[in-house]
Amino acid sequence: MTEELRAYGAGVVTEPSRRTVIVSSMASDSHTWNLVYLELLVSELGFDVVNLGACVPDELLESECLSRRPSMLVLSSVNGHGHQDGLRVIQRVRAFPELRAMPVVIGGKLGVGGPLTAEETAQLLLAGFDAVFDDQQGAASFRRFAATLSAGATQVEA
Amino acid sequence: MSFEEFVARCHAAGELVVQPRMGFADPAVMRAGLAATKAAAAATVGTVTLDSYTRVCDTASVAHALRNGIALNGYPIVNHPPEVTRGMLDGLEGPDFPVQVRHGSARPADIFRAMIAAGLHATEGGPVSYCLPYSRTPLDESVRNWAHCCDLLLDAEHPAGRPHLETFGGCMMGQLCPPSELVALSVLEALFFYRRGVRSISVSYAQQTNMTQDQEAVSALRRLCAALLPEATWHVVIYAYMGLFPRTSEGARGLLGTAAELAVSTGSERLIVKTTAEAHRIPTVAENVAALEHAGASARSVTGKAVVDDDNQVYREAYALVDAVLNSHADLGRAIVVAFKRGLLDVPYCLHPDNAGQARSYLDPAGRLGWAELGSLPLHRVVESRHADRITSSTLMSALSHVQNAYDAEALEQPMRAIGGES
Repeated sequence: MTEELRAYGAGVVTEPSRRTVIVSSMASDSHTWNLVYLELLVSELGFDVVNLGACVPDELLESECLSRRPSMLVLSSVNGHGHQDGLRVIQRVRAFPELRAMPVVIGGKLGVGGPLTAEETAQLLLAGFDAVFDDQQGAASFRRFAATLSAGATQVEA
Repeated sequence: MSFEEFVARCHAAGELVVQPRMGFADPAVMRAGLAATKAAAAATVGTVTLDSYTRVCDTASVAHALRNGIALNGYPIVNHPPEVTRGMLDGLEGPDFPVQVRHGSARPADIFRAMIAAGLHATEGGPVSYCLPYSRTPLDESVRNWAHCCDLLLDAEHPAGRPHLETFGGCMMGQLCPPSELVALSVLEALFFYRRGVRSISVSYAQQTNMTQDQEAVSALRRLCAALLPEATWHVVIYAYMGLFPRTSEGARGLLGTAAELAVSTGSERLIVKTTAEAHRIPTVAENVAALEHAGASARSVTGKAVVDDDNQVYREAYALVDAVLNSHADLGRAIVVAFKRGLLDVPYCLHPDNAGQARSYLDPAGRLGWAELGSLPLHRVVESRHADRITSSTLMSALSHVQNAYDAEALEQPMRAIGGES
């Protein structure tokens, strides 16, 4: 799958940027409207956005986080595999000491059977996500979470 | 009887063929879903929709899920042995009930092999439509993969009839792609299959935002296919709206009914339905059956045919796009790759690195889709581009939600009227 490992963005940023947010899908998810929308939303909150696009392999996600050191990683999934994929990805990401403190959130339609149960949400949080945004919540709770991050916070309405 | 013969027979009898999107990991559940589709009170063909791990060739994740009882969003045809799939289909699939495999893969060779080994001869996709919106696979690799898969399909023995391929190009991104580009891509994928030797083809078109514009689009699709696929047997398949679906049951049923009207009024032969669960989750079998029966009944209630100008705006744009691509290279696969590289084809909002990303669409007040930015599309003499307002997250969301909101609002108004008027 080597050809799949290339990033959508052009050059790789080596300087750590406090104002960059990575928006990404996970390996099995081919949907992109959610990512187009999030790219606009997060940039309106005052961040630079790197949008990794559809079907992002775990290795690419990790290398992008390690090289860009973003202020936040936003994972979005709407194909029903988000719970399973999210558990795998967060454990891999948190295994890197450099990425243990990076804020990581996940949202979308995360389960095959509709909204996640409280137990499934708790599993994701326990595995290392800082927040889980169910599809029903809308953008407001995500905006509030993003506002708590130091970078970009000045541009967020109270 | 083959897939194409079944559809042709139904069309001659005045019946719109209706088809679900349906896939379950467990062969017994998949079989029950197909049995329910077959038993539905409508002219149906069956669908085996594959899961999204299979689509990206991640058979390890499928195996992990199957071992641990984790739910999958479709039928993993590569992991299940051929005899399991044959058993799943046994006594159901046949001349009176063809079954099509739907997947979404830019690297589908293993899927084609598994499907052929299981005795199935109908599937769908295309080198552009299953690459750009849905994968990270480079477009030129997807073109090679799809060429190889056409060969796999044609080289295999198909006792049930000629192998059938449906383009997915009429659906790029699901929503907010101007109809002329949907038509052009559906035609180009059909021509790609045709030049590889496939002679049984269907061309897709996904319902968009405006009935008149959609009818013009199907007319354009027919005119271009008639000119470019002379030796093939082909039909038109309409997809019920593929964007954000109404949240209310009545809104969802209303939108599906409009899709059936689009299909019948344009003489289309087949319709792929959406259910009342679409906005919320993967539908159950019962919800799919209800959708099939609602679509079939809606289709039977439509009598008139659309009166459409042959030389309409969608046709003129689609013709210009197809013509520019065909002039890019003698080999159609190369021509498609070159066209995307030059921006002669450019899908609005598509994030794939092989898409130029300069063209932008907009929704006008009448609900017609148009071009806000043309980029390098060869349409400067055909269309007046309009500079829309800057796109924000909220204007994008309102464009994406336009159809959902329109049908939900209509559905929510109805009880109010009933309370005020009937009692």
